[in-house]
Amino acid sequence: MWNSLKARLFQGYRTGKFPYTAPVLPDHFSGRPEIAVDKCSQCGKCAEVCPTAAAIVNGKPVVIDTGKCLFCGKCAEVCPENAVTISKEYRLAAMTRENLLVTGSSYLPERPTDREFLRFCGKSLKIRQVSAGGCAACELDFNVLNTLAWDMGRFGIQVVASPRHADCILVTGPVSENMLLALKKSYDAAPRPVWVIACGTCAISGGIYAGSEVCHDGVEKILKPDLYVPGCPPHPATLLEGILRLMDKKF
Amino acid sequence: MMETKNFLLLGNGKSIPFASVPELPVAEFSKVCLTSITAEKCRIAAFFAVPEDDRFILTAILGDPAAAGFRVLKTVVKERYPSLTAHYPGFNRFEREIHELYGIVPEGHPALKPLRFVNTQVGDMEFYRMQGKAIHEVAVGPVHAGVIEPGHFRFECMGETVYSLEISLGYQHRGVEKLLQGGPDRRTGFLIETAAGDSSIAASINYCRIMESLCGIGLSDPAVKIRQIALELERCANHIGDLGALAGDVAFLPTASFCGRIRGEYLNMSADLCGNRFGRNFIIPGGCRYPVDQEKAKKITRKLQTVSRELWNALDLMFNSPTVLDRLENTGSVSLEDARSLGLVGVAARACGLDADARRDFPVAGEKTTGSLPVDNYNGDVISRAKVRYEELKKSHDFLFAALAEIPENGAVISQELTPAPDMLAVSVTEAWRGELCHAAVTGSDGKFRVLKIVDPSFHNWEGLAMALRNEEIAHFPICNKSFNLSYCGHDL
Repeated sequence: MWNSLKARLFQGYRTGKFPYTAPVLPDHFSGRPEIAVDKCSQCGKCAEVCPTAAAIVNGKPVVIDTGKCLFCGKCAEVCPENAVTISKEYRLAAMTRENLLVTGSSYLPERPTDREFLRFCGKSLKIRQVSAGGCAACELDFNVLNTLAWDMGRFGIQVVASPRHADCILVTGPVSENMLLALKKSYDAAPRPVWVIACGTCAISGGIYAGSEVCHDGVEKILKPDLYVPGCPPHPATLLEGILRLMDKKF
Repeated sequence: MMETKNFLLLGNGKSIPFASVPELPVAEFSKVCLTSITAEKCRIAAFFAVPEDDRFILTAILGDPAAAGFRVLKTVVKERYPSLTAHYPGFNRFEREIHELYGIVPEGHPALKPLRFVNTQVGDMEFYRMQGKAIHEVAVGPVHAGVIEPGHFRFECMGETVYSLEISLGYQHRGVEKLLQGGPDRRTGFLIETAAGDSSIAASINYCRIMESLCGIGLSDPAVKIRQIALELERCANHIGDLGALAGDVAFLPTASFCGRIRGEYLNMSADLCGNRFGRNFIIPGGCRYPVDQEKAKKITRKLQTVSRELWNALDLMFNSPTVLDRLENTGSVSLEDARSLGLVGVAARACGLDADARRDFPVAGEKTTGSLPVDNYNGDVISRAKVRYEELKKSHDFLFAALAEIPENGAVISQELTPAPDMLAVSVTEAWRGELCHAAVTGSDGKFRVLKIVDPSFHNWEGLAMALRNEEIAHFPICNKSFNLSYCGHDL
């Protein structure tokens, strides 16, 4: 008991300042791509190197689909005109699939419009996470939000063990065929209304597993997500910011 | 290299023409495999089939610590061959995998059940069952109560005591190895890294060694060092997470919450190296994607100094707490004999006193590792697995401080266009944080991968968790499970 108290004093108060201040991001952090439309010569080099066909050049200046993007930055590396750059913008979450498309350099994260969600979950959100082929990275970095460093409980966000207690199903992974039934059952077990968060590029589009015979290219065709959080895996700040924005929390 | 006509010796991270691997008659092949393991202290690194026309080439890669390399041998089968599992249980999952993928029957296999349900309805199999009025069965999963990957556990209990646990996986099957066939291409590295997403660094080191050997690329000394630093950061982050989770599972909240935060600091140090907390897209054939200079090394060293003090404080608190020790000691024991016959690897093996450590057993020329630790004081219970992690953390920190101090100015980093040599076999093993992770590649006449086999340490170790639960209280399952913390996706691929 005495030792625990001593350790507690030594360890100190360690909850981060995010979201009240900007998150501390590493030097090489890959955030939202930016496209200088006037510089793009439509050479298609970015599309050639992109591992997930997220860079689309189709007779028009390049469009990057962050719902497919692994944030590897190869498009920016090969672009001869420097038309594609990788910014440090970590606010990547979107509420519609279309808003994951990057077409230029200006960006304003969208605001929530789902009144019903705000009425039910604006103050408290109970999340049941379901991993459907997730590689453990998305799962681990979602778990991190529960640690004292991020402490999402202070915003009324809580992980629940049973879907019966859940407002929201957070899906990770490309939805493997073998998890399809369990995912549907988890969703069906949640009381209505229920919302869906697609966490990570795999859950949004299948990511690197898009096209696999034994996966379903993400959750999109099975359960329509209300929040898309891109990343491989999404940085904890990206995920937390997305959920808080969906809840319309003000700071 | 010492060689016999029965097998060829291959160094770690090296390649040879696939045709030069001795091809034995099936009976001879089985005999050499079994003698190597049971009498000559070898262990299975990989055992897989390569399809060729209407037949299959069974390839065995057996780690031989005495020779500091791998014995490789092969045989040709069509539809069936006598099971090796019947003589050595360590082959169990390997033979089930081959059977599931290609329909090759290992005759006499004691429990030829589906492994990942590749072609069949998941979970649909004959579970081992006990009979009797007092017996009850507990089924858990695939979806578990926490934020964790899916898998199914079937406990046969009488009262509170578990008599048998059967683990049925496959829910995470994403077809990784199928997608890897025909590579390398722009997706390969990403698939390798996400096969088991918490071991990305170890996996990419293996893949890069294979590519470097197949393409004949040398590696600069700084690149080797940077990779090893990244590997140890990955090991630290995961060991800390596991120890914190163990504390959490016995309701010792101080260490659980401290470690939850401290683990994040190590992930952030990985992100300092490359921008991604899991080291994604950092280690590439021919080098590392970002240079690490002295300034960065100093920054990480300073961070490590601060955080490590907090880490030892958190861990010592737990290891000196009688209430924690009471739950962890003599819980979930696996005997040394069982560990040996199941072919356990890594932390789980060493905690049983089985001295298997790829860092010492299969060294790679030019690579310095943390080195191995004595395993005499462990008796296979949960506290042993926790203590192995604690001791490894100490070693990793010593290594990290030394390696970071030696980073040369402008750690150079280059990547090149790559064309693997045709018709080769390449093998690489790395001691990942869970245990030895093996990648083996066979290239075709066009230099493309015919097979890129991944053997995650979890593939060897799941059976160990099942053994740990025998005659154990069912309430001890969470701490037993945490003490192994095996990968579902690494197994399911």
